[in-house]
Amino acid sequence: MTHQILYRGAEAEIRVSTHLGKDVVQKSRLPKHYRLPEIDHTLIAYRTREESKLITEARAAGVSVPTLYDVDLLGGVITMEYVKGRRVKDILNTLPEPERKNLCILIGKSIALLHNHDIIHGDITTSNMIIADGRVTFIDFGLGSKSIELEAKGVDLHVLMEAFESTHSQHPSCFHDVFEGYKQVFTGDADEVLKKIEEIVQRGRYR
Amino acid sequence: MICLGIEGTAHTIGAGCVRDTAGHCDVLSNCLRTYAPAHGGIHPREAANHHAIHLADLIHESLVTAKITPEDIDLIAFSQGPGLGPCLRTAATAARALSLSLNVPLIGVNHCVAHLEIGRGTIPDCTDPVLLYVSGANTQVIAFAEGKYRVFGETLDIGIGNCLDKFGRMLDLGFPCGPKIEALANQGGRYLPLPYSIKGMDMAFSGLLTAAEAYYRNNEPLPDICYSLQETTFAMLTEVTERAMAHTEKTQVLLGGGVASNLRLRQMVETMAKARGATLFVPTKDLCIDNGAMIAWLGIVMHASGIRMPLEDSMINQRFRTDMVEVSWR
Repeated sequence: MTHQILYRGAEAEIRVSTHLGKDVVQKSRLPKHYRLPEIDHTLIAYRTREESKLITEARAAGVSVPTLYDVDLLGGVITMEYVKGRRVKDILNTLPEPERKNLCILIGKSIALLHNHDIIHGDITTSNMIIADGRVTFIDFGLGSKSIELEAKGVDLHVLMEAFESTHSQHPSCFHDVFEGYKQVFTGDADEVLKKIEEIVQRGRYR
Repeated sequence: MICLGIEGTAHTIGAGCVRDTAGHCDVLSNCLRTYAPAHGGIHPREAANHHAIHLADLIHESLVTAKITPEDIDLIAFSQGPGLGPCLRTAATAARALSLSLNVPLIGVNHCVAHLEIGRGTIPDCTDPVLLYVSGANTQVIAFAEGKYRVFGETLDIGIGNCLDKFGRMLDLGFPCGPKIEALANQGGRYLPLPYSIKGMDMAFSGLLTAAEAYYRNNEPLPDICYSLQETTFAMLTEVTERAMAHTEKTQVLLGGGVASNLRLRQMVETMAKARGATLFVPTKDLCIDNGAMIAWLGIVMHASGIRMPLEDSMINQRFRTDMVEVSWR
């Protein structure tokens, strides 16, 4: 079967397919010929396994994620629910202010749910969130991990902060709103996470 | 218009003259000297002393090579940051003195942006690239988006060049270590697993460096360690660059910085670019490393867009971020 490519990212292709009568997407990690096969095979299998584990755990944590149908470690393919909606990246800049604020708060709450269960998404950008049925569905846990460290949670949020700065710079309050939502739900000390983020910013070169 | 540019952010002191020919950069001269510490890493004061000793001769040399006289100079540009304070101040002081004595405008430029603009200025097809800027101190993936040169990924700890230098210093390879590590790596071929550390679009090299040092202490063959060090770090750099290209939907990639001289890195980025249907551009080596000509060219680009810098605004900025520059010329 050949299937329509929905999205071709840097790391993987997302194809539309069907599985047991349902619309699904298949995320295939493509071999990268620029790197050694030893590195490539290890990374692809590791990232496929970690991603499918994290998606399952995120669902248990109460965060909206695609339902998993099948995982092929050697082939680097994850078959999952086709979440039909729009990327936050594509709509955030056009939303009216109150809605944008609400969306950012909702995003913050979801990230806190992940962090409450020590799930680190690893690539929280606005390209990796889909709005469907009034929910924010998180996709692409491909760089995710589990960690109890404050540092990891700080870095996780810092990635989003940088995404806001580079892609949504005309709305400087976005990250603040995300953190407001985060603080409401995070069971740890949110102020400590914020301190960590500031520390990470300072640690970056030439700040 | 002819501009004399003075570069002095770290090891290198450079003076170069460029001419603007209908928006294309003609490099008339590009002279430099490099401070090589006897042992250990760079000492800022010693580097600045080195620069002060050589700068007057270099400026003279750059005029002679360009076959111009001081009266032909229309603009003086200098590296305003980021970099080491004493080095930056040495270059800035010389630039101010020249500007005042020749009575021509002075302009301070961002060193990282200069690495990108020299690619656009000297390579006609290179119009809107993602820059992989890899040097001792800097490791950044930079692209133009929403009015600025934005950093899409960077190191969270040490620069890739610094990572290679630190490993090389342990072996007493002498500065700079990159070419020697590259030569050793070419003799290796057995991959020793090293941590592959990418967080979002950012990278970390210090853990990997520690792991490589541990292999050395465990008497693993040096060529294999160098091979593994290059293969792992360069794969990380290439992956982050590809992510930035996918994110910004750009189809050109430009290399800059001293580590861009490494042929294996070029090969990896080129393989990545080809697979995406994108094009790789690499400036000539003298324009990849820190140099005065790129500073001069960015000076011309900024001056042409109407930017003027009064003397009192010409203070150096050690922490001059790439995304602090208002890019009025694009």
